[in-house]
Amino acid sequence: MGRVRPLHHAARRLLLLFPRPRGFSSSSSAAAATPSREPLHVCVVGSGPAGFYTAEKMLKGHQGAQVDIIDRLPTPFGLVRSGVAPDHPETKIVVNQFSRVAANDRCSFYGNVSLGRDVSLSELRKTYDVVVLAYGAESDRSLGIPGEDLRGIYSAREFVWWYNGHPDMCNLAPDLRSTDSAVVLGQGNVALDVARILLRCTSELAATDIADYALDALRGSTIRKVYLVGRRGPVQAACTAKELREILGLKNVHVFIKEADLVTLPADEEEIRNSRIKRRVYELLSKAAIAHKGKNNDGQKELHFVFFRRPTRFLPSEDGVTVGAVQLEKTCLKDDGEAGKQVAVGTGEFEDLKCGLVLKSIGYKSLAVEGIVPNLKGKVLSSETENATVEPGLYVVGWLKRGPTGIVATNLHCAEETVASILEDDKKGLFMEPDSKKQGRRGLLEILEQKNIRFVPFNAWEKIDSKEKIAGELKNKPREKIKTWNDLLMAAN
Amino acid sequence: MGRLHPRGSASATAATLSTLSSSSSSSHFAAVVEGRRAAAPATGHRKKNTLFSTASTSSDHHDGSQDKEKISVTFVNKDGTEQTISVPVGMSMLEAAHENDIELEGACEGSLACSTCHVIVMDVNYYNKLEDPTDEENDMLDLAFGLTETSRLGCQVIAKPELDGMRLALPAATRNFAVDGFVPKPH
Repeated sequence: MGRVRPLHHAARRLLLLFPRPRGFSSSSSAAAATPSREPLHVCVVGSGPAGFYTAEKMLKGHQGAQVDIIDRLPTPFGLVRSGVAPDHPETKIVVNQFSRVAANDRCSFYGNVSLGRDVSLSELRKTYDVVVLAYGAESDRSLGIPGEDLRGIYSAREFVWWYNGHPDMCNLAPDLRSTDSAVVLGQGNVALDVARILLRCTSELAATDIADYALDALRGSTIRKVYLVGRRGPVQAACTAKELREILGLKNVHVFIKEADLVTLPADEEEIRNSRIKRRVYELLSKAAIAHKGKNNDGQKELHFVFFRRPTRFLPSEDGVTVGAVQLEKTCLKDDGEAGKQVAVGTGEFEDLKCGLVLKSIGYKSLAVEGIVPNLKGKVLSSETENATVEPGLYVVGWLKRGPTGIVATNLHCAEETVASILEDDKKGLFMEPDSKKQGRRGLLEILEQKNIRFVPFNAWEKIDSKEKIAGELKNKPREKIKTWNDLLMAAN
Repeated sequence: MGRLHPRGSASATAATLSTLSSSSSSSHFAAVVEGRRAAAPATGHRKKNTLFSTASTSSDHHDGSQDKEKISVTFVNKDGTEQTISVPVGMSMLEAAHENDIELEGACEGSLACSTCHVIVMDVNYYNKLEDPTDEENDMLDLAFGLTETSRLGCQVIAKPELDGMRLALPAATRNFAVDGFVPKPH
């Protein structure tokens, strides 16, 4: 963080010198779909990266498109606000681009409007020519092993939402003062994020937009050891080099990697050969193992990479209600038949790892639908069966379309594909049936008024935004987030 | 296709996803990036120098003497159309593209935290005239779509006289969302 921040300010200033309306100037490709009638009414459900990139590409690709973005929260930007780690401010810069999209005359934001509760999908489809579902994955996969309900076990998503001040998780209050060990299950970037937040100097975190209560809790934290547990080996770790490099370079943290775990088999070497990213991740881990070997870790916090272990049950501590240990089964890798893919299988050998906090970072899950919505290049299908039909006017993008993976930029390409599908349908005249005249924004506002829903428009979010920034300035942080639903709605007024 | 259905579909698995994304282009990716390794080493210094020098240059470039020097760079868009622009020495390709309405994304505005300004240097001779990418740039290139042996981030390519006449391609969008079956988590 320290290294990058001064740059990002410089860079931002620099780019602000050149405000660019380029997103909305008509371009050669945009001319393809000329509006031959009323506006094309588009509603995007969800205002994270997938939603905003979709809105941007839609506005650019169809000069007659009117895009309304709804979000169940009073605040826009989805996981850029509540998922991206507070010590990654550069990753959040993309909100500048999204704010320019929201400022477009043909785009409106309606926060505090929940699909399902405030407005139904069928209402939206009756109101808009095009409905794009971009509401991501707000739940978690579960391990389904005994003891998972013990106190002190959270999903990484819950923990991330907590330190990022998400209004649904601001009361989580994880106990960080009754144990010296935390176990993180998983070795992807989210796992590395939560481990880094637990280990990083709080003086560094104090300069980020981390929620104030989380900073307080971390200041009082007694956690000295964090274990990152993966079912497979260093070659299969699901993190990226950037995040790994960062956590390996944390100040005052001693890294433990067992040399025996770094031994590669021919199948591993094949994987390394076939993937630049795996090769670079493996190299980083190998280098770190050597660099920390034999070093004295006097008083340092500890980060342990635990490979080839899968959790089989959670064991209670003496009080009977809080987690006290995770039982792990040693694994070995087996070719599962798919080319180049190795899976972990248990060996029947078990060990217990003591801890008082467990963060499960094994994947997000979309609510209401199991996994992802069946779709063809973003066009929603009626089912997964072979004779599935396309749901007219209904599209999907982002995690709901392709599963909970990828970085912010993945949504750019994902949105391009979904918007291309929409434009193709528009060209075919799918939205021009005479009996299907849609009301668009006017219709939505009527529905919201009828139901007495107090929505939060973009300029009200800007009030929240500026209040947060002012509160942050007093503490030398970029912003102090407003955390509760009530306070957010009040700040919007 | 196109038959009206009463409601949005309910259940799903990864089946649709995997048919869309996996097999085809992953091996291509691997093949293309293999051999890049020689270009990988790096110091971490360049990022800072680059950005600061860019910042100072751009603020000077109305009357500063060194900025009289400009080079010609051609961007090849996704649809194959070309735009040749004149870029002051010291300016990054990301900045130059944005000043000229070229559709190069720049989500993190040049702070080396994304890969959206990925460009492909079309002539390896020009690619070799660039300083090696830093570890940090390589970390981001790991995640770029359609990575090639001569891929760079536009924010890290700074105009200098030797680059006059360089051609840069914007990678066409790929449908390969799961790069090599590898699934990086968000941010």
